Amino acid sequence: MRGTAHARWVAGAAAVALAATGCGGGGSSGGGGNDAVLSSSWGDPQNPLEPANTNEVQGGKVLDMIFRGLKRYDPESGKAENWLAESIDTTDSQNFTIKVKDGWTFSNGEQVTAQSFVDAWNYGASLKNNQKNAYFFGYIDGYDQVHPASGTQSADTLSGLKVVDDHTFTVKLNQKFSSFPDTLGYAAFDPLPQSFFTDHANWLKKPIGNGPYAIESYAKGSQMSLKRWDGYPGEDKAQNGGVTLKVYTDNNTAYTDLLAGNLDLVDDIPASQLKNVKSDLGDRYINTPAGIIQTLAFPYYDKAWDTSGAEKVRTGLSMAINRKQITQTIFNNTRTPATDWTSPVLGKDGGYKEGLCGSACDYDPAQAKKLIQEGGGLPGGQIKITYNADTGSHKQWVDAVCNSINNALGNNRACVGNPVGTFADFRNQIGQHKMTGPFRAGWQMDYPLIQNFLQPLYYTNASSNDGQWSNQEFDKLVDQANAETDTTKAVSTFQQAEEVVRDNMAAIPLWYQNGSAGYSQRLSNVALNPFSVPVYNEIKVS
Amino acid sequence: MGRYVVRRLLQMIPVFIGATLLIFLMVNVMGDPIAGLCGERACDPATAAQLKREFGLDKPVWQQYATYMGNVFTGDFGTAFNGQPVTELMASAFPVTVRLTLVAILFEIVIGITLGVVTGLKRGRPVDTGVLLATLIVISVPTFVTGLLLQLLLGVNWGWIKPSVSPDATFGELIVPGLVLASVSLAYVTRLTRTSIAENKRSDYVRTAVAKGLPRRRVITRHLLRNSLIPVITFIGADIGALMGGAIVTERIFNIHGVGYQLYQGILRQNTQTVVGFVTVLVLVFLIANLLVDLLYAVLDPRIRYA
Repeated sequence: MRGTAHARWVAGAAAVALAATGCGGGGSSGGGGNDAVLSSSWGDPQNPLEPANTNEVQGGKVLDMIFRGLKRYDPESGKAENWLAESIDTTDSQNFTIKVKDGWTFSNGEQVTAQSFVDAWNYGASLKNNQKNAYFFGYIDGYDQVHPASGTQSADTLSGLKVVDDHTFTVKLNQKFSSFPDTLGYAAFDPLPQSFFTDHANWLKKPIGNGPYAIESYAKGSQMSLKRWDGYPGEDKAQNGGVTLKVYTDNNTAYTDLLAGNLDLVDDIPASQLKNVKSDLGDRYINTPAGIIQTLAFPYYDKAWDTSGAEKVRTGLSMAINRKQITQTIFNNTRTPATDWTSPVLGKDGGYKEGLCGSACDYDPAQAKKLIQEGGGLPGGQIKITYNADTGSHKQWVDAVCNSINNALGNNRACVGNPVGTFADFRNQIGQHKMTGPFRAGWQMDYPLIQNFLQPLYYTNASSNDGQWSNQEFDKLVDQANAETDTTKAVSTFQQAEEVVRDNMAAIPLWYQNGSAGYSQRLSNVALNPFSVPVYNEIKVS
Repeated sequence: MGRYVVRRLLQMIPVFIGATLLIFLMVNVMGDPIAGLCGERACDPATAAQLKREFGLDKPVWQQYATYMGNVFTGDFGTAFNGQPVTELMASAFPVTVRLTLVAILFEIVIGITLGVVTGLKRGRPVDTGVLLATLIVISVPTFVTGLLLQLLLGVNWGWIKPSVSPDATFGELIVPGLVLASVSLAYVTRLTRTSIAENKRSDYVRTAVAKGLPRRRVITRHLLRNSLIPVITFIGADIGALMGGAIVTERIFNIHGVGYQLYQGILRQNTQTVVGFVTVLVLVFLIANLLVDLLYAVLDPRIRYA
């Protein structure tokens, strides 16, 4: 009781003082503002919380709160904007000069300099640090010495990185890559303070960054409490006093807690509750597109799928899937039928082209049957769609897709699901090229660029080209697009490459995934960014 | 008696080795855990190889097992994939689950045995039929149904409890989850006690005690109950281990970060170190609980003590 009264008095005094001095600060965020803390659901991060080691949403959520990089993706449009970068200049799309803004510090008071970036990137790329996102630095010159494909590394630092002065550094890439600056908003490129290198174990216990929030306490596996960092110099100051992230093993429990008033924000509505969510929450339910697309990939290393007529079979299969019905009945419209291989969050200018897939993505059972017969029929007379059964309720939609295919072909045994027990085993089988038919593939973008939806997935030997699809024309177009300095031209060249993917039906696009969230009456101004993560710093608590 | 205890302790060694080896093999059969660490994309081969070396996954299974067992005897249970030592996970998980198990066992003893004695003494009366029917219902309804129902009614609709347990997991918060966890066993304890009491009620020593003119209360607690409790104690003893390991469902529903949660997480991520470590400790708990049960026999029945 006394505590609250006291805090209120301080806030009031601060407001009076600010009004008196006429110091408005940055618009509405002004001075003390709202000090209330909100609670939000969270999952236990899989890897240690290091910027270059975090590749899933839960850890990424925290990094997004405690770090700011050279660029930041606008939470609404997804556009990459300069944040800590004063300027990123290039004349040849291969050599970049990056100027870092002056006056930024980490929450422990240390200055953010060019060195903070170069050290962090060298750490992330170095093989001996086991960073799972190391390949993000693969474009930088010298990567193959720091992170060789096999054997031991012959250098500890990337030769392509040079510190010019306190606030300037240069980057030399090993190939032309015009959209390189736009990738720099990804968490792997965040700067790191000296304590990360000198006292790594302690840093991991309580990570220190340069973002709008600072970690107050972190009980691994159960809870993290973040407080607004008042020394934060950026424009996107936190509009609330802080966020308490609570680990939930089951999103159903989180949802129940939200209904009981025990939790403020849930950013993953359980599938089983989608029917009730509108009546439970009304307009406190958010369902917006995210940069996630689900596809069916094919094993091109299997001879049966690499025949000359197989693209007709694949196109036929695509036409046999009734996307609209499945997204409505199984996903309650939290997915949108896909009509291209990117995502609507890119926007028209970013490369999303509605209907690029054309009739190949329209449900047409008669044509589907015809095409599959022309292409030589299903390999082995039956296809098995492989998926992992442990998370994500994949069984339901795989069964529905198979049903749709079976109906179209008039054959009850044309398609069956092939569940794999755990995600690790699923990835393992994919990695060992053990797939014999189509398999579930999901792609969550790293950064909102059309390049990120195409190159890692379909370029020859690319990091996520799990089906080993290879097409010279596609590769050529991607190279061309990357070398293009004019963004509009680059995007349209990427779209041409996407048409090659379509004509060969390299993978069947299924649907775009939405982010879904629900929140309590205490909150307002809640939104999800294109990565389907809540924009925490803008949430207001009453 | 002393020799008996020593023999029982020696028996624990092969059980312990066999159980851990089995778990170790089972987790290893599931395939390469590193494959799942990099999300939807494949780890780059160099990093994957490096991680394998670090977790010792590049060696043959027997060698991994030998190293692991060697480390366990020095108290080193390895490191989980998120960089935390498994002992740290245990230190946070076991106290919570022990508290939950304690609450559940208390419910079993207090409610289960009381109901069992009452119904056993009043066989065929309406009380007996009522309790029998109730236990039948409890046994036939799965735990997750009871759990979710209580959570919804008490937590959301009536607001008596919080639907989820905080990281501190105090005894107060664990009452409802403990009741849910105990429910099925509680019903068994009731039925077991009832049968045992009803059977022994007609035995010679009870008749003798009554004939001696002992007060009813003394006959029941000292003579009848003491003998009738032997099967019940066997059941509760075995149940301690089962409750600790089987709390996965209850812990999930109420978001309790205990052993069940860590095991579930470990299996999902195929983290050998976590799974084997926790199961090793659970095996020990089972063994010790069984030993205690056997020792309790001797306390309850002198004939076993001198045999």
